[in-house]
Amino acid sequence: MSRQQLAVQQARRSFQTGRTKPLEFRIQQLRGLQSFIQERQGDIKDALQKDLGKSELASELYDILVVESEIKLSMTKLAEWAAPRPVEKNLFTITDEVYVKPEPLGVVLIIGPWNYPWSLTLLPLVGAIAAGNAVIVKPSEISSHSSKVMKELLPLYLDKDLYQVVEGGVPETQELLKQRFDHIFYTGSTTVGKLVMEAAARYLTPVTLELGGKSPCYIDKNCDISTACRRITWAKFINCGQTCIAPDFLLCEPSIQNRVVEEIKKSIKKFYPDSPNSSEDYGRIINQRQFKRLMGLMEGCTVALGGDADEAKGYIGPTVLKNVTAESKVMQEEIFGPLLPIISVDGVEEAIQFINEREKPLVLYVFSYDDKLIKKVIAETSSGAVVANDCVVHFLDSALPFGGVGHSGMGRYRGRHTFDQLSNLRSCMIKKLTMEGFNSMRYPPHTDRKVSWARRALLTRFNIRRLQNLVILAILTGLAAFVVQRFLHSS
Amino acid sequence: MERQVLQRAKEAFLSGRARPLEFRLQQLHALQRMITEKETEISTALKQDINRSQYDTPLLELIGIENEVKLAIEKLAQWAAPRPVEKNLLTISDEVYIQPEPLGVVLIIGAWNYPWALTLLPLIGAIAAGNAAVVKPSELSECSSLLLRALLPRYLDKDLYPVVTGGVSETQQLLRLRFDHIFYTGGSTAAKLVMEAAARHLTPVTLELGGKSPCYIDKNCDVRTACRRITWGKFVNCGQTCIAPDYILCEPCIQGRVVECIRQTLLEFYGADPKCSPDYGRIINQRHFNRIMSLMEGYTPVVGGQSDSSQCYIAPTVLKDVPPHSRLMQEEIFGPVLPIVTVSDMDDAINFISEREKPLALYIFCSDKKAIKRMIEETTSGGVTVNDVMMHYTLSSLPFGGVGQSGMGRYHGKHTFDQLSHHRACLIRSLNMESVNLARYPPQDRRRARRARMALKSPLIDTSKRTLVWAIVATVLGVGLLITLMVILLIASGLNCTCWYWRGFYN
Repeated sequence: MSRQQLAVQQARRSFQTGRTKPLEFRIQQLRGLQSFIQERQGDIKDALQKDLGKSELASELYDILVVESEIKLSMTKLAEWAAPRPVEKNLFTITDEVYVKPEPLGVVLIIGPWNYPWSLTLLPLVGAIAAGNAVIVKPSEISSHSSKVMKELLPLYLDKDLYQVVEGGVPETQELLKQRFDHIFYTGSTTVGKLVMEAAARYLTPVTLELGGKSPCYIDKNCDISTACRRITWAKFINCGQTCIAPDFLLCEPSIQNRVVEEIKKSIKKFYPDSPNSSEDYGRIINQRQFKRLMGLMEGCTVALGGDADEAKGYIGPTVLKNVTAESKVMQEEIFGPLLPIISVDGVEEAIQFINEREKPLVLYVFSYDDKLIKKVIAETSSGAVVANDCVVHFLDSALPFGGVGHSGMGRYRGRHTFDQLSNLRSCMIKKLTMEGFNSMRYPPHTDRKVSWARRALLTRFNIRRLQNLVILAILTGLAAFVVQRFLHSS
Repeated sequence: MERQVLQRAKEAFLSGRARPLEFRLQQLHALQRMITEKETEISTALKQDINRSQYDTPLLELIGIENEVKLAIEKLAQWAAPRPVEKNLLTISDEVYIQPEPLGVVLIIGAWNYPWALTLLPLIGAIAAGNAAVVKPSELSECSSLLLRALLPRYLDKDLYPVVTGGVSETQQLLRLRFDHIFYTGGSTAAKLVMEAAARHLTPVTLELGGKSPCYIDKNCDVRTACRRITWGKFVNCGQTCIAPDYILCEPCIQGRVVECIRQTLLEFYGADPKCSPDYGRIINQRHFNRIMSLMEGYTPVVGGQSDSSQCYIAPTVLKDVPPHSRLMQEEIFGPVLPIVTVSDMDDAINFISEREKPLALYIFCSDKKAIKRMIEETTSGGVTVNDVMMHYTLSSLPFGGVGQSGMGRYHGKHTFDQLSHHRACLIRSLNMESVNLARYPPQDRRRARRARMALKSPLIDTSKRTLVWAIVATVLGVGLLITLMVILLIASGLNCTCWYWRGFYN
């Protein structure tokens, strides 16, 4: 039996013991995860520095804090999320107990990416634990230091059998995908997403795919270009452009293109006062293969800004590309790096058309003072999410469901949405064995009268809540009238 | 041909005419008219397909469809409206909401056992959500399929909601094309092929499948009523219902009683010879007839067992003491054969159920509330009905669907709308208040990081109107109560006040 088969078998056996069912157990495990994050911050930051050249503070902000606040939210809300959820009844079910009961699915496989190896692997893990599942975590081998730290340290804080970390590259992942899971949560590229879903189809395993794409960013000429560019620059160059929700390319009118480049230049100077190369806040490209790929994307474009690179250090400076066309190499795939192409469009109509001709992106950005224009762009396009006048921040509100549509993914997570995504929402109706008279109309032998009775009963729409409110109002009015009468009488 | 149909549907969708709510309501009204005006034709088609009685058709399919259409029409504006979400400190001054949007072109593959309900219920949700839909009814229910193809274009937009008929090869052609969602009702084997085909285009799927839905009868319950309800659920549509109780689990001491009660109930429902009853259906075709007959091989039924191949008739049949590993217990029966498997007690039943694939539905007949809760806790399934069968399907506020091999995704009522919509997260910020953002920009230092840390750690706040109204009302009531209390205390402590005199307060 392969290592992967053993791990899954162990996780499934542990799940079947039923020890993840009690909420206390799940909270205890979440507390363990919280301790892990708090006590091992140093190791995590160290690993991120080695993998991606991330500064301590950037690691804290984007990989650690997000997970901490998610754990806290889950612990506070777990009782609410896991409780039976009552639903609206109709006349026939008025005396029944009717609710939706969230239940664990079983063994969940979480395949993490390399760009935010901690947050994008642990956030789904938090939801999976909260929902009462067992988990196999497969961190990305490309962020090898983070993967190693996770493998060594996570078992010290969580139940060793229920939550296992399985390391490995492509062959090990393929072996894992041959096993049977109750849900697969994959974060990564569209190409591999298809293979994951195909493998899941063999067992009818539901999937959540958090993929990517080219997230467009439209800058209207009627906006505060300085602020817009500052926000875009920040979002684009976090983690050296290696963010699934980074603005991939800009769309703006030719009249403001030069101003945009100028403002981006100013922002870069402000963010990295000496130079991005020597700033500890500017990251590095993850590996040689990605470096070569990004350098190749710059072919055929005019470099308006940056373009400097150092292969030995895996450094590519913040780069803006001008005179980019739809056919340029850089527009054929998700950039996932610090290259920002600017495409000229003649206004918002052309921008909308450009966006709609392409695959639905993970997120769409619009910058404008004009509220109507923003609403128009939202109404006439489609994307996983849309943010107006800023970038990336929608990920930080855990009440917003995060995910893609079409080639940018399927399924949603963050906060309560992860819990729901990794649960079986079981519909329960508890009736009594009495009141058999009501059922007689459904039993054969059928007659015209029975059916017309049934039709009348089933099709009359009763708004139960409104009825209840009316009854309460009537009682209160009666009471008030009674009190007033007594008061008047006494005087 | 299928490619052209999809192309036309896509173009019609991109024209934007399915987007306005008025258009969707108009289409839903038209669908409602079709169901009410063409009831006779639909009944005739079903009689020819599966010998469905003229009363069962409205009871089992048409009333349900009408209900869903009415619900969709009534609630559409509410469902399609932007849904506000909780905010945190970072987003407190922003507009944050979820906007439901159409997905595009949905493929609906229907089933043959309830060809109208299982095809039109998803269609209602697809129309309500603003999608275009390609409807592929099952070729096994041929008359219904042809009737649907003739009727739908007369009532609904021809390009947005085309009907494609055909068999396996036409379905395979359709599955090669790219849709924005595939809604499939049918068997697990075909479902795997559907999901594999969908994976090639990264198309999300809803799979409403089946399985063996267990039915546990506790020895301490009203066995008579339980058996009546089970008998109805099992033999309606001749057992060809995905949520029919597939087999019974009970203790040996009540097995005899169960058989007797079922026998009596069958007499009440269908008379001495169910073959002559207008209310008893037939098996859909020879292949399924042969399949079900072969499942019964080697067993002596205690009730029924008669069959007539020329009519695809199988009498309501009950088999007792069926061994757990028999062929009968390996696949979904989907026919009028009801095996009884004996278990030693409720724990044994729970183990039996948990050892098998997760079923679409679980039925428990028991009067002990604690025992019921325990059984629900220790098993899993798509849905549960206690002390009746199939009824959780009839309440549209309950999300209907399977888990594991019994399917994925949920529908009915608002859930269909949600399943066939894209829930787009929207965050609208202003270009002002840049000072708030300064903490996040490099160069990072301890002070900035501390502010950013504080913002990221903030809890979620519910800023919806309803909570605000409740908060104000509660505050007003609370303050009012406090003042009243204080006044009473003051008066009780003997405080005189002239203004009370002429009001007659001190009489």
